[in-house]
Amino acid sequence: MSEFTPFSSAAGGALIGLSAVMLMALLGRIAGISGIIGGLLPPYATGSVAAAERGWRLAFLVGMIASPLVLLAATGSLPQIEVPVSLPMLVAGGLIAGVGVSYASGCPSGHGVCGMARFSKRSITATLTFMATTAATVFIVRHIAGA
Amino acid sequence: MTRILPAFLIGLLFGTGILLSGMANPAKVLNFFDIAGTFDPSLAFVMGAALIVTVIGYRLVMARPAPVLAAGFSLPGTTRLDLRLIGGSALFGIGWGLAGFCPGGVVPALGLGRSEPFVFAGAMVAAIAAIRLVEAWRVRQPQTA
Repeated sequence: MSEFTPFSSAAGGALIGLSAVMLMALLGRIAGISGIIGGLLPPYATGSVAAAERGWRLAFLVGMIASPLVLLAATGSLPQIEVPVSLPMLVAGGLIAGVGVSYASGCPSGHGVCGMARFSKRSITATLTFMATTAATVFIVRHIAGA
Repeated sequence: MTRILPAFLIGLLFGTGILLSGMANPAKVLNFFDIAGTFDPSLAFVMGAALIVTVIGYRLVMARPAPVLAAGFSLPGTTRLDLRLIGGSALFGIGWGLAGFCPGGVVPALGLGRSEPFVFAGAMVAAIAAIRLVEAWRVRQPQTA
Protein backbone atom coordinates (compact mmCIF):
# COMPACT_ATOMS: atom_id res chain seq x y z
CA MET A 1 0.00 0.00 0.00
CA SER A 2 1.07 3.60 -0.49
CA GLU A 3 -0.69 6.64 0.85
CA PHE A 4 -2.76 8.71 -1.63
CA THR A 5 -0.96 12.08 -1.85
CA PRO A 6 -2.82 14.33 -4.31
CA PHE A 7 -1.42 17.60 -2.94
CA SER A 8 2.29 16.79 -2.68
CA SER A 9 2.10 14.89 -5.99
CA ALA A 10 0.48 17.85 -7.75
CA ALA A 11 2.99 20.26 -6.13
CA GLY A 12 5.85 18.01 -7.26
CA GLY A 13 4.37 17.83 -10.75
CA ALA A 14 4.13 21.62 -10.89
CA LEU A 15 7.83 21.90 -9.94
CA ILE A 16 8.71 19.36 -12.64
CA GLY A 17 6.77 21.48 -15.15
CA LEU A 18 8.34 24.71 -13.89
CA SER A 19 11.86 23.34 -14.26
CA ALA A 20 11.07 21.98 -17.75
CA VAL A 21 9.87 25.47 -18.73
CA MET A 22 12.98 27.09 -17.20
CA LEU A 23 15.32 24.73 -19.07
CA MET A 24 13.58 25.65 -22.33
CA ALA A 25 13.57 29.40 -21.49
CA LEU A 26 17.26 29.54 -20.56
CA LEU A 27 19.00 26.75 -22.51
CA GLY A 28 16.40 25.97 -25.16
CA ARG A 29 16.42 22.31 -24.22
CA ILE A 30 13.88 19.55 -23.60
CA ALA A 31 14.04 18.29 -20.00
CA GLY A 32 14.20 14.64 -21.00
CA ILE A 33 16.31 12.75 -18.49
CA SER A 34 17.13 9.74 -20.68
CA GLY A 35 18.36 12.11 -23.41
CA ILE A 36 20.41 14.14 -20.95
CA ILE A 37 22.03 10.93 -19.65
CA GLY A 38 22.60 9.60 -23.18
CA GLY A 39 24.48 12.77 -24.15
CA LEU A 40 27.06 11.97 -21.47
CA LEU A 41 27.76 8.45 -22.72
CA PRO A 42 30.05 7.16 -25.49
CA PRO A 43 30.67 7.47 -28.38
CA TYR A 44 31.89 10.99 -27.68
CA ALA A 45 31.94 13.79 -30.20
CA THR A 46 35.08 15.93 -29.99
CA GLY A 47 35.41 19.71 -29.92
CA SER A 48 34.52 22.55 -27.55
CA VAL A 49 30.82 22.66 -28.48
CA ALA A 50 30.40 18.98 -27.60
CA ALA A 51 32.35 19.49 -24.36
CA ALA A 52 30.10 22.43 -23.38
CA GLU A 53 27.06 20.26 -24.13
CA ARG A 54 28.34 17.63 -21.74
CA GLY A 55 29.03 20.34 -19.16
CA TRP A 56 25.43 21.52 -18.76
CA ARG A 57 24.07 17.98 -18.87
CA LEU A 58 26.41 16.88 -16.08
CA ALA A 59 25.55 19.98 -14.01
CA PHE A 60 21.82 19.26 -14.43
CA LEU A 61 22.21 15.64 -13.27
CA VAL A 62 24.43 16.64 -10.33
CA GLY A 63 21.69 19.09 -9.32
CA MET A 64 19.12 16.28 -9.52
CA ILE A 65 21.26 13.93 -7.41
CA ALA A 66 21.73 16.72 -4.83
CA SER A 67 18.00 17.46 -4.68
CA PRO A 68 17.28 15.28 -1.60
CA LEU A 69 19.28 17.91 0.33
CA VAL A 70 16.68 20.55 -0.60
CA LEU A 71 13.95 18.46 1.01
CA LEU A 72 16.22 17.64 3.95
CA ALA A 73 16.75 21.38 4.52
CA ALA A 74 13.05 22.17 4.07
CA THR A 75 11.52 19.35 6.12
CA GLY A 76 14.33 18.10 8.38
CA SER A 77 14.32 14.58 6.94
CA LEU A 78 15.18 12.79 3.71
CA PRO A 79 12.21 11.63 1.63
CA GLN A 80 11.45 7.95 2.17
CA ILE A 81 11.14 5.52 -0.71
CA GLU A 82 10.21 1.87 -0.77
CA VAL A 83 11.60 -0.57 -3.35
CA PRO A 84 9.43 -3.72 -3.33
CA VAL A 85 11.55 -5.21 -6.13
CA SER A 86 14.18 -7.99 -6.07
CA LEU A 87 17.75 -7.39 -7.18
CA PRO A 88 17.44 -9.42 -10.43
CA MET A 89 14.27 -7.48 -11.32
CA LEU A 90 16.08 -4.17 -10.74
CA VAL A 91 18.87 -5.26 -13.08
CA ALA A 92 16.47 -6.63 -15.71
CA GLY A 93 14.27 -3.54 -15.43
CA GLY A 94 17.27 -1.23 -15.84
CA LEU A 95 18.59 -3.07 -18.89
CA ILE A 96 15.18 -3.28 -20.60
CA ALA A 97 14.29 0.34 -19.77
CA GLY A 98 17.70 1.47 -21.05
CA VAL A 99 17.28 -0.28 -24.41
CA GLY A 100 13.69 0.97 -24.64
CA VAL A 101 14.43 4.66 -24.02
CA SER A 102 17.29 4.50 -26.52
CA TYR A 103 15.00 3.45 -29.38
CA ALA A 104 12.03 5.50 -28.13
CA SER A 105 14.27 8.61 -27.89
CA GLY A 106 12.61 9.53 -24.61
CA CYS A 107 11.05 8.55 -21.32
CA PRO A 108 8.24 9.84 -19.04
CA SER A 109 9.97 13.24 -18.64
CA GLY A 110 10.92 13.81 -22.29
CA HIS A 111 7.85 12.30 -23.98
CA GLY A 112 5.31 12.28 -21.14
CA VAL A 113 5.79 15.88 -20.02
CA CYS A 114 7.85 17.93 -22.50
CA GLY A 115 6.71 16.24 -25.71
CA MET A 116 3.06 15.94 -24.71
CA ALA A 117 3.13 19.63 -23.70
CA ARG A 118 4.16 20.42 -27.31
CA PHE A 119 1.32 18.17 -28.52
CA SER A 120 3.91 16.04 -30.37
CA LYS A 121 2.26 13.02 -32.03
CA ARG A 122 5.40 10.95 -31.42
CA SER A 123 5.37 11.78 -27.72
CA ILE A 124 1.66 11.10 -27.33
CA THR A 125 2.13 7.74 -29.09
CA ALA A 126 5.19 6.90 -26.96
CA THR A 127 3.45 7.84 -23.70
CA LEU A 128 0.28 5.84 -24.42
CA THR A 129 2.42 2.86 -25.47
CA PHE A 130 4.64 2.74 -22.39
CA MET A 131 1.78 3.46 -19.98
CA ALA A 132 -0.01 0.43 -21.45
CA THR A 133 2.98 -1.92 -21.29
CA THR A 134 3.92 -0.73 -17.79
CA ALA A 135 0.40 -1.47 -16.53
CA ALA A 136 0.42 -4.84 -18.33
CA THR A 137 3.81 -5.72 -16.80
CA VAL A 138 2.68 -4.79 -13.28
CA PHE A 139 -0.49 -6.84 -13.80
CA ILE A 140 1.45 -9.90 -14.95
CA VAL A 141 4.07 -9.64 -12.19
CA ARG A 142 1.60 -9.04 -9.37
CA HIS A 143 -1.53 -10.93 -10.38
CA ILE A 144 -0.44 -13.70 -12.74
CA ALA A 145 3.15 -14.52 -11.72
CA GLY A 146 2.06 -13.71 -8.17
CA ALA A 147 5.31 -12.08 -7.08
CA MET B 1 30.31 28.08 -18.80
CA THR B 2 27.43 30.46 -18.16
CA ARG B 3 25.08 27.51 -18.59
CA ILE B 4 26.59 25.37 -15.81
CA LEU B 5 25.08 27.13 -12.80
CA PRO B 6 21.57 27.55 -14.28
CA ALA B 7 21.59 23.90 -15.37
CA PHE B 8 22.62 22.81 -11.85
CA LEU B 9 19.88 24.90 -10.21
CA ILE B 10 17.18 23.73 -12.64
CA GLY B 11 18.30 20.13 -12.05
CA LEU B 12 18.01 20.75 -8.32
CA LEU B 13 14.45 22.05 -8.78
CA PHE B 14 13.53 19.22 -11.15
CA GLY B 15 14.82 16.60 -8.71
CA THR B 16 12.98 18.25 -5.82
CA GLY B 17 9.77 18.06 -7.84
CA ILE B 18 10.37 14.38 -8.66
CA LEU B 19 10.97 13.50 -5.00
CA LEU B 20 7.97 15.51 -3.75
CA SER B 21 5.74 13.98 -6.42
CA GLY B 22 6.50 10.35 -5.56
CA MET B 23 7.98 9.50 -8.98
CA ALA B 24 11.26 8.46 -7.30
CA ASN B 25 9.40 5.94 -5.11
CA PRO B 26 8.95 2.56 -6.87
CA ALA B 27 6.24 1.44 -4.40
CA LYS B 28 4.13 4.46 -5.38
CA VAL B 29 4.83 4.13 -9.10
CA LEU B 30 3.98 0.42 -9.16
CA ASN B 31 0.79 1.02 -7.16
CA PHE B 32 -0.31 3.65 -9.69
CA PHE B 33 -0.13 1.00 -12.40
CA ASP B 34 -1.67 -1.72 -10.22
CA ILE B 35 -5.24 -0.81 -11.06
CA ALA B 36 -6.49 -4.30 -10.18
CA GLY B 37 -4.67 -4.29 -6.83
CA THR B 38 -3.29 -1.63 -4.46
CA PHE B 39 -4.14 1.26 -6.80
CA ASP B 40 -2.77 4.69 -5.79
CA PRO B 41 -3.92 7.42 -8.22
CA SER B 42 -1.40 10.03 -6.97
CA LEU B 43 0.78 9.95 -10.08
CA ALA B 44 -2.11 11.16 -12.23
CA PHE B 45 -1.81 14.40 -10.25
CA VAL B 46 1.91 14.60 -11.04
CA MET B 47 1.30 14.24 -14.76
CA GLY B 48 -1.69 16.61 -14.71
CA ALA B 49 0.07 19.41 -12.83
CA ALA B 50 3.30 19.03 -14.81
CA LEU B 51 1.42 19.19 -18.10
CA ILE B 52 -0.67 22.24 -17.15
CA VAL B 53 2.45 24.20 -16.16
CA THR B 54 4.48 23.03 -19.16
CA VAL B 55 1.78 23.63 -21.79
CA ILE B 56 1.32 27.22 -20.60
CA GLY B 57 5.03 27.85 -19.91
CA TYR B 58 6.25 26.46 -23.25
CA ARG B 59 3.70 28.62 -25.06
CA LEU B 60 5.04 31.76 -23.38
CA VAL B 61 8.70 30.78 -23.81
CA MET B 62 8.48 29.73 -27.44
CA ALA B 63 6.77 32.97 -28.40
CA ARG B 64 10.21 34.51 -27.84
CA PRO B 65 12.77 34.43 -30.65
CA ALA B 66 15.39 32.44 -28.71
CA PRO B 67 16.25 31.12 -25.26
CA VAL B 68 18.27 33.40 -22.95
CA LEU B 69 21.53 31.40 -22.95
CA ALA B 70 21.49 29.67 -26.35
CA ALA B 71 21.19 30.60 -30.02
CA GLY B 72 17.93 28.72 -30.57
CA PHE B 73 15.46 26.19 -29.25
CA SER B 74 16.63 22.58 -29.76
CA LEU B 75 13.49 20.63 -30.58
CA PRO B 76 13.19 17.15 -32.10
CA GLY B 77 12.64 17.53 -35.84
CA THR B 78 11.33 14.08 -36.65
CA THR B 79 7.59 13.41 -36.71
CA ARG B 80 7.59 9.81 -37.96
CA LEU B 81 5.65 7.23 -35.98
CA ASP B 82 7.85 4.22 -36.64
CA LEU B 83 8.58 0.81 -35.16
CA ARG B 84 11.58 2.12 -33.23
CA LEU B 85 9.43 4.63 -31.36
CA ILE B 86 6.61 2.21 -30.61
CA GLY B 87 8.79 -0.85 -29.94
CA GLY B 88 11.20 1.19 -27.83
CA SER B 89 8.35 2.70 -25.81
CA ALA B 90 6.74 -0.71 -25.31
CA LEU B 91 10.07 -2.12 -24.11
CA PHE B 92 10.67 0.83 -21.80
CA GLY B 93 7.30 0.23 -20.16
CA ILE B 94 8.24 -3.39 -19.41
CA GLY B 95 11.39 -2.18 -17.66
CA TRP B 96 9.47 0.51 -15.76
CA GLY B 97 6.87 -2.04 -14.70
CA LEU B 98 9.49 -4.55 -13.50
CA ALA B 99 11.57 -2.10 -11.46
CA GLY B 100 9.32 0.90 -10.70
CA PHE B 101 12.14 3.32 -11.58
CA CYS B 102 12.25 5.50 -14.69
CA PRO B 103 15.27 7.66 -15.70
CA GLY B 104 13.87 10.84 -14.13
CA GLY B 105 12.79 8.96 -11.02
CA VAL B 106 16.02 7.13 -10.35
CA VAL B 107 18.45 10.07 -10.61
CA PRO B 108 17.20 11.98 -7.51
CA ALA B 109 16.86 8.62 -5.72
CA LEU B 110 20.64 8.18 -6.15
CA GLY B 111 21.06 10.97 -3.59
CA LEU B 112 19.13 9.09 -0.90
CA GLY B 113 22.06 6.84 -0.01
CA ARG B 114 20.41 3.49 -0.78
CA SER B 115 21.76 0.75 -3.01
CA GLU B 116 18.70 -0.08 -5.18
CA PRO B 117 18.79 3.12 -7.29
CA PHE B 118 22.46 2.45 -8.15
CA VAL B 119 21.64 -1.10 -9.28
CA PHE B 120 18.85 0.08 -11.59
CA ALA B 121 20.75 3.15 -12.84
CA GLY B 122 23.92 1.12 -13.47
CA ALA B 123 22.05 -1.40 -15.62
CA MET B 124 20.13 1.34 -17.45
CA VAL B 125 23.24 3.43 -18.19
CA ALA B 126 25.10 0.33 -19.44
CA ALA B 127 22.20 -0.48 -21.79
CA ILE B 128 21.94 3.10 -23.12
CA ALA B 129 25.71 3.21 -23.74
CA ALA B 130 25.65 -0.21 -25.46
CA ILE B 131 22.84 0.84 -27.82
CA ARG B 132 24.59 4.14 -28.60
CA LEU B 133 27.80 2.28 -29.50
CA VAL B 134 25.97 -0.35 -31.57
CA GLU B 135 23.99 2.28 -33.48
CA ALA B 136 27.11 4.39 -34.12
CA TRP B 137 28.90 1.27 -35.39
CA ARG B 138 25.96 0.37 -37.66
CA VAL B 139 25.95 3.84 -39.19
CA ARG B 140 29.65 3.47 -40.05
CA GLN B 141 29.17 0.13 -41.84
CA PRO B 142 29.26 0.34 -45.66
CA GLN B 143 25.95 -0.55 -47.31
CA THR B 144 26.38 -4.02 -48.84
CA ALA B 145 22.92 -5.25 -49.74
